[in-house]
Amino acid sequence: MKQRLRHHLNESGSCDVQAAIELQRREFLTTTASGLGGLALGSLLSGDSALAAGPGSDPLAPRSSHFPARAKNCIFCFQAGAPSHIDLFDPKPKLNELHGQPLPKSMTENVRFAFIKKETAILMGSNRKFTRHGECGMELSDLLPHLGSVADDLLLVRSMHTDQFNHHPGQLLMQCGRPDFGLPSMGSWLTYGLGTESNNLPAYVVLTSGRGSSGGTTLWSSGFLPSTYAGVLLRETGEPVLNLQNPPGLPPELQRAGLDTLRQLNQNRYQVVGDPEIASRIASYELAYRMQLAAPDLIDLSQESQQTLDAYGLDRPEPKDSDGRRGKLGDTYKSFARNCLLARRMVERGVRFINIVYASWDHHSKLDKELPYNAGVVDQPIAALIRDLKERGMLDDTLVVSAGEFGRTPLGENRNEAKNNTGRDHHPFAFSLFMAGGGIRGGQVYGATDEIGWGVVENPVHINDFHATILHLFGMDHLQLTHRFHGRDFRLTDVAGEVVSDWIS
Amino acid sequence: MVLVVAACLIDHPVAIFLPRLELTLKPPMYLHRLLLICSLTWMASVAMQPLSTSVAESAVNFTDVIQPIFAQKCVTCHGPGQQEGGLRLDVRIRAIGELASGQIAIVPGAAAASELIGRVTSDDEELRMPPVASGEALSNTEIEALRSWIDAGAEWQVHWAYRPLGRPAPPPTESTSWSRNAIDHFVLAQLEELGISPSSRADRYTLIKRLYFDLLGLPAAPEGVDKFLADEADDAYERVVDRLLDSPQFGELWARHWLDKARYADSDGYEKDRPRPDAWRYRDWVIDSINQDLPYDQFSTKQLAGDLVGNATSLDRLATAFHRQTLTNTEGGVDQEEFRVKAIIDRVNTTGTVWLGLTVGCAQCHSHKYDQITQQEYYRLFAFYNNGDEADTKVPVAQFASDEKARALQVELESLEQKLAERRAELARDPAPWEQRLIERIAAGNNVVFQPLDIHKIESAYPVDFRQLDDGSTLVEGPNPSENMYSVYGSTRLTDITGVRIEVLADPSLGGGGPGRTPHGNFALSEVRVYAGKQEPMGIENRVTLAMAEADYSQANYDISAAIDGDLSTGWGVSSEYNQNHHADITLATLVHTEPDGDRPHYVQVVLDQRYGKQHTIGRFRIQLRQGNMLKIPNAIEALLAKDIAQWSQPEQDQLFDYWMLTDRIVQELQTQIDKIRQKTEMMVRVIARREDLRKTHVLHRGDFLQPGEEEIVPATLDVLPGMRPRKDTGMADRLDLAHWLFDEANPLVPRVAVNHVWSQLFGHGIVRTMDDFGVRGEAPTHSALLDWLAVEYRRLGWSRKALIKTILMSATYQQASRFRPNLLPIDPENRQLYRQNRLRAEAEIIRDMYLAAGGLLSSKIGGPSVFPPLPAGVAKLSYASNFSWNTSEGQDRYRRGMYTFFKRTAPHPNLTIFDCPDANTTVVQRTTSNTPLGALATLNNEVFVEAAQGLARRVLATIDGSDTARMMYAMRVCVARPATGEELQLLLGLLEESRTWYVDHPNEAKAMIGNYQPDGIPATETAAWVVAARTILNQDEFITRE
Repeated sequence: MKQRLRHHLNESGSCDVQAAIELQRREFLTTTASGLGGLALGSLLSGDSALAAGPGSDPLAPRSSHFPARAKNCIFCFQAGAPSHIDLFDPKPKLNELHGQPLPKSMTENVRFAFIKKETAILMGSNRKFTRHGECGMELSDLLPHLGSVADDLLLVRSMHTDQFNHHPGQLLMQCGRPDFGLPSMGSWLTYGLGTESNNLPAYVVLTSGRGSSGGTTLWSSGFLPSTYAGVLLRETGEPVLNLQNPPGLPPELQRAGLDTLRQLNQNRYQVVGDPEIASRIASYELAYRMQLAAPDLIDLSQESQQTLDAYGLDRPEPKDSDGRRGKLGDTYKSFARNCLLARRMVERGVRFINIVYASWDHHSKLDKELPYNAGVVDQPIAALIRDLKERGMLDDTLVVSAGEFGRTPLGENRNEAKNNTGRDHHPFAFSLFMAGGGIRGGQVYGATDEIGWGVVENPVHINDFHATILHLFGMDHLQLTHRFHGRDFRLTDVAGEVVSDWIS
Repeated sequence: MVLVVAACLIDHPVAIFLPRLELTLKPPMYLHRLLLICSLTWMASVAMQPLSTSVAESAVNFTDVIQPIFAQKCVTCHGPGQQEGGLRLDVRIRAIGELASGQIAIVPGAAAASELIGRVTSDDEELRMPPVASGEALSNTEIEALRSWIDAGAEWQVHWAYRPLGRPAPPPTESTSWSRNAIDHFVLAQLEELGISPSSRADRYTLIKRLYFDLLGLPAAPEGVDKFLADEADDAYERVVDRLLDSPQFGELWARHWLDKARYADSDGYEKDRPRPDAWRYRDWVIDSINQDLPYDQFSTKQLAGDLVGNATSLDRLATAFHRQTLTNTEGGVDQEEFRVKAIIDRVNTTGTVWLGLTVGCAQCHSHKYDQITQQEYYRLFAFYNNGDEADTKVPVAQFASDEKARALQVELESLEQKLAERRAELARDPAPWEQRLIERIAAGNNVVFQPLDIHKIESAYPVDFRQLDDGSTLVEGPNPSENMYSVYGSTRLTDITGVRIEVLADPSLGGGGPGRTPHGNFALSEVRVYAGKQEPMGIENRVTLAMAEADYSQANYDISAAIDGDLSTGWGVSSEYNQNHHADITLATLVHTEPDGDRPHYVQVVLDQRYGKQHTIGRFRIQLRQGNMLKIPNAIEALLAKDIAQWSQPEQDQLFDYWMLTDRIVQELQTQIDKIRQKTEMMVRVIARREDLRKTHVLHRGDFLQPGEEEIVPATLDVLPGMRPRKDTGMADRLDLAHWLFDEANPLVPRVAVNHVWSQLFGHGIVRTMDDFGVRGEAPTHSALLDWLAVEYRRLGWSRKALIKTILMSATYQQASRFRPNLLPIDPENRQLYRQNRLRAEAEIIRDMYLAAGGLLSSKIGGPSVFPPLPAGVAKLSYASNFSWNTSEGQDRYRRGMYTFFKRTAPHPNLTIFDCPDANTTVVQRTTSNTPLGALATLNNEVFVEAAQGLARRVLATIDGSDTARMMYAMRVCVARPATGEELQLLLGLLEESRTWYVDHPNEAKAMIGNYQPDGIPATETAAWVVAARTILNQDEFITRE
């Protein structure tokens, strides 16, 4: 069987298909890039190899960047629901001093809150202890000991801000650059701009742990780009990729035989009608077949050492007191750890963008139970991922990011009873995120908020700037990576975005 | 990029094609020899030598040459938005006027005197335009073009899309044998100019497959193919066209095309993404309207302003649901005004894209950078929609005459109504004066008593002031918290309590007149709780179960029933029926029997929990307790009865008689039955309705709802197009005026855009390839005279969609073969000149339909509520907080057309999205097509596609009793219409044989492979082998491709 497969894989790149692709290439040479990709692709086409990316040919063929790239892959841990920066990343002793006091009216007057009642709102200090880590002395919450151990690799940004304070629009802004539907996400833009390095897995993979996010699949859609660039969900249960398994009763050899017959039928048809699109279809069936073999291999963790599994925390038990758990019982710790390890395995296999979505951070109440539980979910696996990538020499060109869609209020949330504040409301004016690898200068805290973590007082960074910088690390000018839709040249950074050069090593 | 392309082009013999309409003279001879590249941007064109020659020879064409330079390189700073130095280059009168510096940028006839030429040629980097920093630069060719254009008088032409429509005469062609109608003259004339011959007519198999595909979205039925092939009459093809246009499946397919534009879906969009169980009703309206061939102008007008047309029917109002497909955010803590404005922006932008082909949306934040649309103009369009509110209306559930269940109900309804009429006549004949009997009957029969709760205390979760008014109601004053909970403590001396009436009352002290405390007058009653007992305080054991609730009025999605459902996140509201009283009658599950106990009253506590936030609390209320059943004399009747009988007017008599009838037991029974049927035959749907209390519109700075400008904006249309002629008697222009303007004889853009849509469905591309951009940055038409001819023809055909489609289908252009012609690839690789038909992959829904149809499984049921075909486990869970469950449909609903699959915006069915089905969040006028391994995996392995293969195997084995070859021939015919070639048969029979051998050894796998599709008398091992072959046939490119 294996031999037979190799035979076919070799063959699939020959004769007619090759001719079709060549034709496609020639076709492209004689047109402008007014088809797929339009001017945007055109502006990327500096190398000859890129010219193969004409309409109808492989839209995921690797393409060179605008300028030399620092990062080749990205693992983006999306902490959906918005974790509290004040309790995890941004210590505010003054806030503790002011605990229980109202804010001056001037500060809240023109501010919208999702749930807080302004009349009775009071500041709420943090019960977390912050300690310094690494040579850089980065201060992190006691809930993040593992991340502390890789502090010298981390860029901690404390001066993020956004302009959306409801979850779904906020999540769309973080993933797609505008708080609107129907736009490509970061992963779509990157694969659209750079193509894929993997010949048997999707270029852009999404993993989820725990409950669904506010944005659902809208967070990884390709928007107005072809669905080639959409995130592909790697499923936690059942087949790792939808429809990966042959139908019941169909053995691999007949699947192969069927595909061989199919390829020949399609090739015959191509001889008659001469449409290069048929070559593209043949290629997609062959890639599907390779994916059938590659995806089970990807999720087969038996190849990993026990040491690695332990480092990520794959066998960690769920905490006994899991009062902070949101959603179903039992497997969130394992699931998130597994997703981080799978992310590394995907980077090894050339997957361009991996989005791990964890949506359990919307802590309007019970903060002191929710935070330990949820920080516990992510702290060890992300730290292990960074260390693992580094040890394997992969961190240099793999960018790891962890971010939510906004921050949380220094005011306690007083939705039900004015006095018993146990949570924090949505807060767009300041939040923190961290990054590592991929050309990022680690061991660095960037930007600052005021004494209570309310507003940014130093080096403010909007999400559009953050995106501009990520594209820059991938060698892409965010102003040039565009796609025309409804007559407008859209970009990931909407109409703004400045590269933050201080972040780059 | 330009350089790369230009360099490539120089290797080929290329030149420039100028759209024919622009050529007033016979073009220079060399053009005949030159080959054609239409895909070039203009920039690349001018880099080429031939054009600069033509520039020198004739006056430079403004539209094709000059305007693109301005659009690409100048108007960002010198256009509708900004006028640096006082220069504006999108309007001639401004461009030739005096600048801030006192100089003149363009002096017609004198390039040398024109400051523009001085600046673009300046050696001084500081002065030279465009600025270095902009990254734009003008080539020498471009500068030369500008110079000669100015020298020739700087004539300005209106952008082609805005030019008045003439009716171009079909041009003469050298060949006279090919053309079948006027369309072909336009196409052939251009081809002849280039020395290209059109392709021959496709073979008959391809033609009939193409017609089925384009008109029904289904594979051609073998019987239909046979009949067509055997039909040698001249009009055989035309009769197939007519038959398919009359097929009800035509409306389904073409409705789906329209639903892309309507961004139609079955859920709200944001976060919770609640289902919209009524959404399908609009979808069915579209299907029905297209099947009835409702003329496109009416079809559009009803969707934009169905509520405003004369004698609007419920179906006219339903059509406005087009603009209710916008997203709704019910996330906690949202500002509803923010999302109301967002929805209106979407309506304006969608209108711009769908009818005008313009990107008006750019102007929501700033004046358009390229097109002549200012931000002011944008908000004039916005003003049309600002007073169309989201509302609900009642419509008939069934609309299709073919719906048997609906017809049966209708028959039953008619019979009941007949009986009712008979009974009515009987009562009217009653000799005794019914008026007197009415009074007596009511006096005797009405045992319902309402009594205000005797309140002794009201508690409030947040501090407010309660003021008791003389009528027993309570007015809420003082601080206005975002949410609240009123606990009303009182007592009663009623003996048997059956219900509680909560009256919410208007009051001048309240915003919008109340009854709520929001600025507009709404409230949201999240939950009502009732406690009853012999003493205070009362605890949970005193809680009374509430059985049902009815209100005189509930707003959409805020039905009174939500106030007793135990869910604090839902509630009762009365938008936008403000400044009037409303009441809710809540019936207790069990009678509260209160034996008088000496002088001690019975205590009742009513809790009004109002958690919505944003000050949606009740401003004035009264609580009454009810004894006896629900039958109560309406206030109006009571008032009439109090009057002297002699004073009753005829309408009052009628009203009383109607009421009198209601007291009749037989009438009551009939009425109950009628109501029950009506509940099945009528439903509420989300629509747009004119708001009476008109809002004022302002420019929103950067589109931000919190930053309105000072000046009031009134509804008006775009200046670049002929003006609107609003109705005289309606005050401010409204959406109906907007619709009339779109379809005004003088409006040239709308018909151009409309025919382009239809054309693109039949050729894969529009005549204007940038379907969504007819503005100056969009592409010019490949056949501009044809576009105009079709636009005028559409109007002449009375906007009949079917007639327009037929005209196109009857052309030789449409009927061409689709084979690629390699020798033409270097010349026109994208087939812009239409020297052949295009090959098109089926759309997502259609792929599913084709499979199911080939497998003999496709349900032919049209319309009705959306269905839930099998969904892989875990997909629904991806939605917010995993709040969505997918209850898989049973029976034929598993096999409905793809367009009926329930579309949940945050977790759509993967079988749709994998094949580029739009996400329904923005209007889409042209789908993308992508080939992905996920698509291949789906059609190979997904349940429904495998079932189709099983169905096809069974169909083949059951239909053809013969050799493998005969069976294989049939299977191929079912899927691709044409007979299989010898080589294809050999390949497939080889696969069949290999599979057969394997399954004979693996009988258990054979059983699994055939699923539930075992044909009679054929062993499973044999059937399984056929499933393998069928699956391969179905996965051929040809099967899902329109050739």
